[in-house]
Amino acid sequence: MATKAGSAEVSQTAGPIDGEEGVRRRDFLNVAAVSFAGVGGVVALAPLFVQMSPSADVLALATTEVDISKVQSGQGIKVSWRKQPVFVRNLTPKEIAEANAVPMSALRDPETLAQRTKPGKQNWLITLGVCTHLGCVPLGIGEGENKGPFGGYFCPCHGSEYDTAARIRQGPAPKNLFVPDYEFTSPTTVMIGAKGK
Amino acid sequence: MRFILGFIGAVFAIVLLISMISGISEWVTNPPSPLAAEEFHKHPEPLHLASDGPFGKFDKAQLQRGFQVYSEVCSACHSLSLVSFRDLAGLGYSEAEIKKIASDWKTQVPSINPDTGEAATRKALPSDTFPAPFPNEVAARAANNNALPPDLSLITKAREGGAAYVHSLLTGYQNQPAELLKKFPDAKTPQGLHYNPYFANLNIAMPPPLTANGQVTYADGTPATVDQMSKDVSAFLVWTAEPNLTTRRAAGLAVVIFLLIGTILGYLAYHQLWDEAKRTVRPTGPLDPENQAKSRRAKAKAGVAG
Amino acid sequence: MSFSWAKPYEPKHPLMRWIDERLPLPRVVYGAIGGGYPVPRNLNYWWNFGVLAGIFLTIQIVTGIVLAMHYTASVDGAFNSVNQLIMRDVNAGWLLRYAHMNGASFFFIVTYIHIFRGLFYGSYKAPRELVWMLGLVIYLLMMATAFMGYVLPWGQMSYWGAQVITGFFSAFPVIGEPLRVWLLGGYAPDQAALGRFFSLHYLLPFVIAAVVILHIWALHIPGSGNPTGVDVKDERDTLPFHPFYTAKDGWFAGGVLLLYAIVTYFAPDYLGHPDNYIPANALATPAEIVPEWYFWPFYAILRSFTVDFILPAKLWGVLAMFFSILLLFFLPWIDKSPVRSGSYRPVFKRFFWLLVIDVIILGWAGGGAPTPMRNVISQLAAAYYFLHFLVVLPLVSAFETPLPLPRSITDSVLHGEEAEAAPIGSKPRRGSTATATAE
Repeated sequence: MATKAGSAEVSQTAGPIDGEEGVRRRDFLNVAAVSFAGVGGVVALAPLFVQMSPSADVLALATTEVDISKVQSGQGIKVSWRKQPVFVRNLTPKEIAEANAVPMSALRDPETLAQRTKPGKQNWLITLGVCTHLGCVPLGIGEGENKGPFGGYFCPCHGSEYDTAARIRQGPAPKNLFVPDYEFTSPTTVMIGAKGK
Repeated sequence: MRFILGFIGAVFAIVLLISMISGISEWVTNPPSPLAAEEFHKHPEPLHLASDGPFGKFDKAQLQRGFQVYSEVCSACHSLSLVSFRDLAGLGYSEAEIKKIASDWKTQVPSINPDTGEAATRKALPSDTFPAPFPNEVAARAANNNALPPDLSLITKAREGGAAYVHSLLTGYQNQPAELLKKFPDAKTPQGLHYNPYFANLNIAMPPPLTANGQVTYADGTPATVDQMSKDVSAFLVWTAEPNLTTRRAAGLAVVIFLLIGTILGYLAYHQLWDEAKRTVRPTGPLDPENQAKSRRAKAKAGVAG
Repeated sequence: MSFSWAKPYEPKHPLMRWIDERLPLPRVVYGAIGGGYPVPRNLNYWWNFGVLAGIFLTIQIVTGIVLAMHYTASVDGAFNSVNQLIMRDVNAGWLLRYAHMNGASFFFIVTYIHIFRGLFYGSYKAPRELVWMLGLVIYLLMMATAFMGYVLPWGQMSYWGAQVITGFFSAFPVIGEPLRVWLLGGYAPDQAALGRFFSLHYLLPFVIAAVVILHIWALHIPGSGNPTGVDVKDERDTLPFHPFYTAKDGWFAGGVLLLYAIVTYFAPDYLGHPDNYIPANALATPAEIVPEWYFWPFYAILRSFTVDFILPAKLWGVLAMFFSILLLFFLPWIDKSPVRSGSYRPVFKRFFWLLVIDVIILGWAGGGAPTPMRNVISQLAAAYYFLHFLVVLPLVSAFETPLPLPRSITDSVLHGEEAEAAPIGSKPRRGSTATATAE
């Protein structure tokens, strides 16, 4: 109930009867009591804020195991990881060559295909299927979908165009499609979300 | 209006008195016959656990033993549907151990075959809750003589007496006392039920689950007597009912100390303010310094020290 | 607002002045709970419970809004969303849930003390009849809200509470059963009932908050009552609400919150019932079915009627239970004594304490299984409850001779200091402080 204004007013009521000492003691008590109320109020807000962050059951779903044995060269699949789409694409040699042929200077967010894949598994391009512009799901992973002029992905919302390494080439998106943490637990399974060793 | 209300009040009172008289006469003419369940029901024996009291903490070694009893004995029939494998971290298990416990769990998690869409099962993951031993209530009843084994996640909160009840129930199986049968010849424990004085109606469908010392083999070498196993599993079920127990108390202690100091400071500030209220709010009042000075002068004049 | 000497609002900060000129909200707040509201200087601690009720209403609304972010109002998901998601997985979810659960109990504790304060000090009498009646409206809304909130976790007590309480309505002839089915949206509590209870449980607290504003508004017209029941006569009888009563309410609220914290953190299930940790089961009633503790006195009245006498026993019980609250609305006209405060009414005072004991006995009677002994006690206590308000009070107010009242509030609190401060030899006239300053 006590407020900052409270302490000011309280000290006004302090009469001239007591000496300087008394005034200081009085102020101390009021300031201390009001500060306690203030600190208590702020601390009481903490649970109201932390309850909004992901709960333990959400955090527990941090990894998704994907079987990639059936993804042929040139195909891709869309899987769900932490409730977000992930594109798993088996690049053809032609697509790999196209990606490697692009000079770094032509890229808005310069990264090589090798940096975006695992060593020896350069044909497996695994990215989040979330456009870095405003979060739409780009086209291009499904059979027959518009891959855009650069042969990668095309976001229909605002026309961002990605190349075969899922790097931004044209349109409003600022970054390449995000590559999540993942590791190959066997030649045909990928654990998305797992920190690679 | 007061007359009408008074009349209504009197009517209610009269009907109540009629109810009372008829109740008493019913009681006198037809006294209720005692029931075996009232006379022979026992309240749980006190049980002392490390987590008791406002400052109690879980004994993790005991919780792990209790978990072992649950997984080797109780889990054959009882689900633990609100608890996830990942929660076992609270018992002191490492991430790798939890992963192994989950994938080795005897019941698998229902899932679908990714190729055909048919019902299938898969190994449990740390993020899964403990898979139930029976797929549904009908199956559970069918396998248990038409009795439904309750879920154990909240059992120590859902029973009067909590952990002590669980412990007493597990160790309380016995033969029906001869005295009971003599007094209530009709109250013989029916076929398929088991006499247990700690159970509300004395006859429980669950057969004695812990019957022999050494039924489980504790890794830490604690002798697995029936009493010890019951205690351990009771402690474990206190944890399943409220894994946050110790966090709650630790936070509570801090909050209580903070509020105590704040209240004392507030009280002192309040007192100081009010002690002066009479003097300062009303500068013309009797305790106003001017008036006090007058009073002092008058006292001095009258020769009184003060 | 109410007294000519109430300090007008003077903005200290240019920003506040700017706002005040356009929207006089700062002025309203200052006049309602700031330095601009003169309050009798002699209030005792029983007067702290209104503010406390406001604090607990706030706690309930805040924790409730947050819990609703995680709660699922479905018969399949409700129990788990409370007992698994909120209690185990949501960050600080257990704290919010326990705070809400016990917050309800504390809200009722402080409200009951507030109501009994009003009963003892005649706070329902003119000119505060509307304050009293609005308070009763708040209390009725609280009961509805608390009942519906208890249904939400969808445990055994939730389910059977919903079943029994909606069953009250089936006592009425002809319309009863259709009314019950309409309330539930089915023949038994199910998804339809849970959905509407959740929606209304979220809505009603805001209605309560609105009625609280009316309650305070109506109070500020005559100003607060006081333990003597004597009207405020001049400025010396009052102190500004702020800082004097904010300081008093502040430290006292700290103490009550301390008790609340002790229960919430160290015995959160003490006031609850174990059966509500069992998921709702429409096919098995719990062995012992009782409502939450704050409904026990009314539950006892309901159960006390066991005989069909002209009307069926069930209808008697339901009528009596509703009427036991309804009659409080007539209190300002039942108790005609011109003296407000029970302190100056020797006969009234005895009966008041008898009523307190009676209600406690009713609470005890309603909280346990109905044994013959308990029934008899409950019936006697219920009979006294009605007789107290409807027969005893009118008679007492007609025949009682009250004690002499003090001439003013100041008189009742300040004569001690006056004597102490007066010059030796001059005997201050009892009951007058004005003379001391006029010498």
